Amino acid sequence: MFFRKIALAGAISLMGSASFATCSYENTTPIKSLSAGFEAWKAVTDAMAECGNFQAELDQEFRTKQPAAFEANPSLYQIGGVSNGTITPLINAGTIRPLDDLVAKYGQNLTPNQLIRINGEIMAVAMMVNTQHLMYRSDVFADLGIDVPTSWDEVYAAAEKIQAAGVVDYPLGATMKSGWNLAQEFVNMYPGFGGKFFNEDNTAAVNSDAGMQALATMQKALAFTDPEVLVSDSTYVQQQFQQGKIAMANLWASRAGAMNDAAESQVVGKVAMAAAPAAVEGGAPATTLWWDGIVIAKNITDEEADAAFRLAMEGLDAETVQGANEAAIWLVQGYEPTDIAAGAIATATANPAPPAYPSTTQMGLMHTVLGNELPAFLTGERDAQATLVAIEEAYTTSAKEAGVLK
Amino acid sequence: MKFKTFAAFVGPSVFMMLLFIAAPLVSVFIQSFQVTQPILERVEVETCTPGFLTQTCTTETKTVPVLDDNGKTITQTRWVGLQSYQNVLQMDKFWEAVSNGSWRDIMQIDFWKALRFTLSFTLLTLPLVIGVGLAIALAVNNATRAIRGPIIFISLLPFIITPVIGSLSIYWLFVGDGILTAMMERWTGTNISMFAQAWTIELLMYFYRVWHVAPFAFVIFYAGLQTVNMDTLESAVIDGASRWERLRHVIVPHLMPLIVFIALIHLMDCYRVFEEIVGFRSQAHVISLQWLTYDFMTPDDAGNRAISRASASAMLTMIGIVFLLILPLRRTWRDHKGSAH
Repeated sequence: MFFRKIALAGAISLMGSASFATCSYENTTPIKSLSAGFEAWKAVTDAMAECGNFQAELDQEFRTKQPAAFEANPSLYQIGGVSNGTITPLINAGTIRPLDDLVAKYGQNLTPNQLIRINGEIMAVAMMVNTQHLMYRSDVFADLGIDVPTSWDEVYAAAEKIQAAGVVDYPLGATMKSGWNLAQEFVNMYPGFGGKFFNEDNTAAVNSDAGMQALATMQKALAFTDPEVLVSDSTYVQQQFQQGKIAMANLWASRAGAMNDAAESQVVGKVAMAAAPAAVEGGAPATTLWWDGIVIAKNITDEEADAAFRLAMEGLDAETVQGANEAAIWLVQGYEPTDIAAGAIATATANPAPPAYPSTTQMGLMHTVLGNELPAFLTGERDAQATLVAIEEAYTTSAKEAGVLK
Repeated sequence: MKFKTFAAFVGPSVFMMLLFIAAPLVSVFIQSFQVTQPILERVEVETCTPGFLTQTCTTETKTVPVLDDNGKTITQTRWVGLQSYQNVLQMDKFWEAVSNGSWRDIMQIDFWKALRFTLSFTLLTLPLVIGVGLAIALAVNNATRAIRGPIIFISLLPFIITPVIGSLSIYWLFVGDGILTAMMERWTGTNISMFAQAWTIELLMYFYRVWHVAPFAFVIFYAGLQTVNMDTLESAVIDGASRWERLRHVIVPHLMPLIVFIALIHLMDCYRVFEEIVGFRSQAHVISLQWLTYDFMTPDDAGNRAISRASASAMLTMIGIVFLLILPLRRTWRDHKGSAH
């Protein structure tokens, strides 16, 4: 009986959520959270669910849902998973609450490093850092006698050797899917050449020497990547790695764990991590630093906020981290860095250090514009100079419409 | 019919149409002439970000919206006339490109690039859908009665599949090492990358759309074929008309109103092409007008949305559809008037 099966499945899943396996207390207030859907969030929300009365929504589209959901009164979610890029609209609209009193009450296990302060108030609690790092096939590099590259010039030199040897389909993987991913590549590269995005008066400043250099460096990658690189996002590159099709890529630290997942990876133990390559020799790694963490909605009662924060602390404890040590570069106590974290930690602690992602209203507009204008350059429809001019013009139009420019 | 009865029957539908079609349209129309902006101020903000071991705090001047006492963003709305339309159409750049005679430059402007694709997509698939639909209908009509049911069922399947799912499956079949790409690579011995250049992507899109919509045309034509006057057809046979002549002089004229109907529906549907762009991730090479509107509407990480430009773009899409529909609608109107007396 089909219907009976469904009823049975429902009953079993209810039983699953009602078990209080390892939670230290029983949660009685219904709490919901909305966050991104990668491994680390799964681990954290699973731990929170052990306390009961908790519903987690893991959705990669969280960035478009969150601002509206938190603006509702009462807010549709009590807990939000954010990154330094996606916290901006919540801060701007004032839909999340300062956490100082709750941290004092429940946050004994937090390190000062985890507390995201904005104007002195704690607005979020970070759980992990994320950044790009160079992932490479250590076996291929050893066979061909190639040293681990530290700059993009060396990356391309290594790529040439690997291409000549023909041991993989493509030497290089890149997250150049048009839109957000491609824009992020430029945002990583451009500050590496000393470029800044805006002038003092919020006008765009990408039409510069650094802009030309960044574009030229990005273009060089095309000789070594899959011809379909303009549809390739982080998951695509991760799979290329897992199937042994590429030998290196500058990829998110949160993707490193998947390399050693024997269920889906054919290159277990063969992928090593190093710091993200620098744009110029001896410069900062050409990447941006990110953190992921939790925020608590403003439009809920204080009791709910109290329960939500307590629950979040249960999710962010040492026990969770020890159960999912490889899922992220955790900031939580109890984390034991392993080999796969070496690259991201080297990136994050490099000297000079890479900049944090500069999340502002203007940067949001700029990121969209970059994602729309850069493809024409990479497909060869437009030269570098014209592309930079087009980026500035498109930014000016958006910024005027958004009220950032007069 | 008494007016009261007529009103009672028609009233609910008219109300629904006003509420769900006319009112949103009016609202979009108004918004396309307005710009709503938050009031912004520049403030010093100290932000602390975690590194792996230590925390770095930076103080910088940020542009942030002003909040009122209830914590809501204060916004102001002003009339900007045709500014949003100008921002979408970029006529100054367009004319400059035209005067340079440079097609390449025109194709650099998003709207015109999208319009080029949308129009060629709509107009090229139209005859194909009608042709393929008619061919299937004739084939099924001439098939043995016993196997007609299963054939109809199978040929309808593509139409049942949700467009997003359909385009995604085509994408997965042909991308990188998709099953079909791998097969073609084995046959030809060369490396094939269907999603690396615009023309192959477009070709796949045409193929997908015809595959998806032809069953709809087929069902309509098949129903129409059941009403062909057998006497006329038989006398045509007696007069020695070949298969082709019967099709041309008897069947097609009989199906003409249905052909116009399918053309109408197809033009309206195709001009809103969107799923293929998203499913095939073709934004780097090919974009459509509907996708452009969607792109304006999508909030970025900082929460900005270009609502005014999205409204203007939506209005322009509607105007485009109206232009496309004028021809078939005029024909229907003439037929309708012709049959009235």
